[in-house]
Amino acid sequence: MKPSNAFLAALVQRGLQAVIVAVIVGVVSFAMMQALPGDAAYRIAAGRYGYDMMDAAAADAVRAELGLDRPWFSQLADWLGALVQFDLGRSLVYGTPVIDEIATQLGFSLLLAAGAVVTSLLIAIPVGIAAGLRPGGWLDRLTLAMSIFLRAIPAFALGVVLVLVFAVQLKMFPVAGFRGPEHLVLPSLTLGLGLAAVSNRVVRDAVVQSMASEWRLFARTKGLSARLTVIRHVVRNAALPVVTYVGVQMAYLIEGVVIVETVFAWPGIGHALVHAIFGRDIAMVQGTALTLGLIYVALNLLIDLACRGIDPRGRST
Amino acid sequence: MLKRLCAATLAAALTLPTAANSDDAKTVTVVAPWEVASYDPAVSGFAIQKLQIMENLVDADETGALRPGLATSWEASVDGLTWTFVLRGGVVFHDGTPFDAAAATNALTRAWKQPGVLSKAHVTGISAGDGSVVFTLEQPFAALPALLAHATTIVPSPTSFDAEGKPNALIGTGPFKVSAFTPPQSIDVARNDAYWGKAPAIEKASYLAAGRAETRALMAESGDADIVFTLDPSGYARLGSVDKVKTVAVPIPRVVTLKVNAGHPFFTDPRARQALSMSINRAGIATAITRFPEAAAAQLFPPALNKWHDPDLPALSFDIEGAKALLADLGWTAGDDGILVKDDKRFSILLRTFPDRPELPLIAAALQDMWKEVGIELEVSVANYSEIPAGHRDGTLHVALYARNYGLTPDPVGTVLQDFGKGGGDWGAMGWENAGVAKALSDIAATSDDAARAANIAKVTGILHAELPLIPVVWYQHTVAISSGLKGVVIDPLQRSYGLSGMSWDE
Repeated sequence: MKPSNAFLAALVQRGLQAVIVAVIVGVVSFAMMQALPGDAAYRIAAGRYGYDMMDAAAADAVRAELGLDRPWFSQLADWLGALVQFDLGRSLVYGTPVIDEIATQLGFSLLLAAGAVVTSLLIAIPVGIAAGLRPGGWLDRLTLAMSIFLRAIPAFALGVVLVLVFAVQLKMFPVAGFRGPEHLVLPSLTLGLGLAAVSNRVVRDAVVQSMASEWRLFARTKGLSARLTVIRHVVRNAALPVVTYVGVQMAYLIEGVVIVETVFAWPGIGHALVHAIFGRDIAMVQGTALTLGLIYVALNLLIDLACRGIDPRGRST
Repeated sequence: MLKRLCAATLAAALTLPTAANSDDAKTVTVVAPWEVASYDPAVSGFAIQKLQIMENLVDADETGALRPGLATSWEASVDGLTWTFVLRGGVVFHDGTPFDAAAATNALTRAWKQPGVLSKAHVTGISAGDGSVVFTLEQPFAALPALLAHATTIVPSPTSFDAEGKPNALIGTGPFKVSAFTPPQSIDVARNDAYWGKAPAIEKASYLAAGRAETRALMAESGDADIVFTLDPSGYARLGSVDKVKTVAVPIPRVVTLKVNAGHPFFTDPRARQALSMSINRAGIATAITRFPEAAAAQLFPPALNKWHDPDLPALSFDIEGAKALLADLGWTAGDDGILVKDDKRFSILLRTFPDRPELPLIAAALQDMWKEVGIELEVSVANYSEIPAGHRDGTLHVALYARNYGLTPDPVGTVLQDFGKGGGDWGAMGWENAGVAKALSDIAATSDDAARAANIAKVTGILHAELPLIPVVWYQHTVAISSGLKGVVIDPLQRSYGLSGMSWDE
């Protein structure tokens, strides 16, 4: 099999997976929204008009406008029918096209996720390698203690502490918002520190394992210097679990950083999804869940490809 | 989809540095908790109006006095059923589209067809006259001009809608025009140099929605924000000692109140509602939770509503023994666990509230404690606020705790009429009706004669105070932090405007 065929096969497989994910996620999120207690028309009216303006008459108007009293299968069929034409519909609360909202918010979420992962890798890789090369040494023990500490602090509290130090006292970075690259620093650092707390240990363990392996002994025996052994063999072998782990982190970051987004007033998709669920904005929930599902598929594909690039054993020559 | 997404990520990445370059020191940064995600005046009008992007036919100053906006004058026919609003000439929207009777009529008709304030006026038609807009009503409603000052009756340009009539842009006539909109977090505005009125001094402003009170306080402290609205008590206290930041608390016509289902067998007798009221330690709640001791609600309408607040009414009292005596009069006796019992029924009730205003669940917990003192068992349900009108509609509500804004429009009669008129209201009386109040309110709505109104208002406030269909708890203070470099800041108790057009930088 040629490498290009293998690549193509991976793409086709993930493409099929994407279609299945789209349908399942759409149907399941629809079912979950239907199963929630409370009258959707009231919730949507509340989300739209706010507590000063919302009343039972507004809820009735919303019910009539959106056809919420139609049977569920008719509503679901409408959504699936539109989806086939790549139309995610309009937000039930804001009236704007779902695709526009998702495009804006996902862009910012990806930016923040990338910032966080880069920050975490900049910290975790050097720290993890240094600790892994001398397991049980003072650095290893110190970083373990630091990792536990950072992991134990909620992201929200860590964010506020960083803001107090770097924004309010030192005035190095802004507190919140998303105007310039400087706004990316503190939220990235907040998330990056939390991620690095775990990933530096993953790096460290991978390095310890590689260092203890027979192939490393072989490399040294065949005459490679300690430095070259680490660079050529240890890093490459240790990279596999780390890349996979970073992929998992990426997925977590894109959907799960609601608190950090809120603290830093960052217009991300996690925050938007939570609001959509509260507001019973079914179209937004389905669209967002669908997008996140597809991103998982894409991330898996990227991780597959990256691992294939790092590990020559899977490739045929 | 993927292409759009890539484009959006790239755009997000690329606009970051460029936005920073244009972000010079002259931009006024406004930070508040409210997110803006829609182009629809019915949904986002409150923010569009506050940022002075779109305007109303009728404007109001910070005392609530009406003044001309996009209409220069207005008058009602002798029978009070036809209102004519004469429109200002020579006004253009931000994109150059002329403002005319057709544009105003379309915008107001749209507002009328949607849930909103115009439903209170029994409008039967809105039509375009010669340089004017004509409203026809089913019955006289003197406060119609006040409704046209509300955030949902702002006038967007005809070009703010797509082919299906859905709003898709924020184009108005106001002193500021939108330069960037990132829903739900921010709106950037720039001075509209073609504005019909006095040109603002500041050139640019930026609105950022920051949901967490900690974030807002920190932004004020670091100087990232120039004017910050709605601070939590600890942030307010802390900012009081920060140089270069001035804090103000302005009383506003919003009140935390309890809605009691007077149709429920426990509460049909006014003495039961009085007992509930007397067992509330308002001073304690105002001191410990909302932290403005002077804002313990002595009556329903706060002093900020000067025409409706009656300084002569005796303040609602805190009297546990009195409350116990009233309940005993009603036949309640303490059971084994201290909870009152009558006819084998325990005095156990459910209170519905919501977390959007963080003080509400805290006040609910305080009430739970206070009412236990007199033998009432209170269960608290913190959920979506729509549970309150839903519970009103299906009759399952016992007691609800929420914040009601009587300053939605400069003249509150529309809101009061909706809350206490015939049949009560979703956010007002439940299972309680008083013919005298209903009559007085419809008389107030029908006349603009101040003396006649005052007599009827006194009647309404007196009856509400004695009968307590709503039990007021605390009044609100609007807390604001202002950068000391900013001059001409006027905090509007009606919250219609951030007052950007009157601000300037201290040179």
